[in-house]
Amino acid sequence: MFLSKDEEKLLESDNYTIRKCMEILVAIGKIFDADRLIEIKSAQVSGISYDNIGDAGVEWLESLNAKVKVPTLCNPAGMDLIRWREMGIDEDFYEKQMRVINALKELGVSMSLTCTPYYLVETNYGDHLAWAESSAIVYANSVIGARTNRESGITALASAIIGKTPNYGLHIKENRAPDVRVIVDKEIDPAIAGYETGRIVEDKIPFVEFKKKPNSDGLKAFGAALAASGGSPMFHAKEITPEWEDFEIPSEKIVIDGLKQENCEPDLIAIGCPHLSKEELKVVYDLLSKMGRVKRTLWIFTSRNIVQENKELVKKIESLGAKVFSDTCMVVSPATRRFECVMTNSGKALEYLPKTKNVRAIFGNLRECIEVATK
Amino acid sequence: MRIDVRVISMGYAEGEAIVSKKPISFYGDVDPKTGIIKDKKSDIYGESISGKIFIFPTGRGSTVGSYILLNLKKNKAAPLAIVNVKTDAIIAVGAIIAEIPLVDKPSVDLMNIVKTGDYVRVFAQNKGWIEID
Repeated sequence: MFLSKDEEKLLESDNYTIRKCMEILVAIGKIFDADRLIEIKSAQVSGISYDNIGDAGVEWLESLNAKVKVPTLCNPAGMDLIRWREMGIDEDFYEKQMRVINALKELGVSMSLTCTPYYLVETNYGDHLAWAESSAIVYANSVIGARTNRESGITALASAIIGKTPNYGLHIKENRAPDVRVIVDKEIDPAIAGYETGRIVEDKIPFVEFKKKPNSDGLKAFGAALAASGGSPMFHAKEITPEWEDFEIPSEKIVIDGLKQENCEPDLIAIGCPHLSKEELKVVYDLLSKMGRVKRTLWIFTSRNIVQENKELVKKIESLGAKVFSDTCMVVSPATRRFECVMTNSGKALEYLPKTKNVRAIFGNLRECIEVATK
Repeated sequence: MRIDVRVISMGYAEGEAIVSKKPISFYGDVDPKTGIIKDKKSDIYGESISGKIFIFPTGRGSTVGSYILLNLKKNKAAPLAIVNVKTDAIIAVGAIIAEIPLVDKPSVDLMNIVKTGDYVRVFAQNKGWIEID
């Protein structure tokens, strides 16, 4: 990989953090045969929950001493920073989580604590990014047409501190071509379509033909589930996403059927994976106000930013018995562990809850989730 | 015998080799406290990689694996160096932050030459090579 004189100097920097971050980018560049480093518009760091990174992660973050060069956002943490007690989080976890938060603040990372950075940082077609949240990566690449590889928490942070990423993979147009054609029947919820597609295509890029076109929230749900059950970095959707006409349509074709699932009696209904948009929050309120008071535990997750911009709406939702938490979600918080059966409208949560929290998970679309919560 | 390699994480180490012919996920396969391989499907199940030159084809699995290398280092249970046929991003990042020398792309078919117990020296500076006694 070619390095400019200035970039080479960073490998000899007196600052240990800068030297290490540069070493990481050079190593990644070597491994993926990148030709050079390119500037990024923003970075987004994952591995924020103490539940995921443990003591070694906390200590490593605390050992760093530098400032990020580009706007850098971060993924949800393991708890709501204000209402953690209501979630059943203990003092010990709180303290360790706050050490992670403070270490990131020292580096200049903004405490967005959300998996939906695209609602907060301006991201345009063709922008190069270094993002680590798998659902946000898919959204940026597919729906916006920005370019990011699937970064890890550490490589995204290294890119944030240097302001650059190695030029390989999805930063290069020809690598964004679809590998497989996927047909989605009109009856299927986009989250389930994504979940089922991911299981079949794994980490390939699908070209998707939706019989009923989803809105941007539907595309968000599709992409999040796709990345969780399979590992794909992006998709194209016919007549919807910005790059759908740029490549040949693949010949290999698969058809997605609905989901067959076992049943269980939900003791938690969890909505907001990925974090809800303003529009989704309104839909939740409309459904709740029609169906009445919540009779089971209903947790709703969104970013603190969305909560602050919609204070009245949130108050009304909570007055009907639901909890609206920020900074965290059902997938990264240890709070979900104490339940037995979680009903969710998220294909991503459906994939991860049984694996990482040892709870059963069943799918219901948003209307079904609210129905069960109020029944 | 001297073999040229590519340098990913710099340093020098020498010691006894421990060789696995299967891809490794440090997250799940390796006990971060002791460096003992706990994956029952591994061909070196029950053996320790601590204080040895760990040689295996490549990595697999979760990115949390990078932090496991850091944990091993803190617990003084890390390998002295890692030699891969072709490394991956998880192992590369873990080796760099834990300051464990890492080299890959040996100029010969290493997996059929080196055996557990061989004495190996890893030279990973601007140029990289390994020596097997």
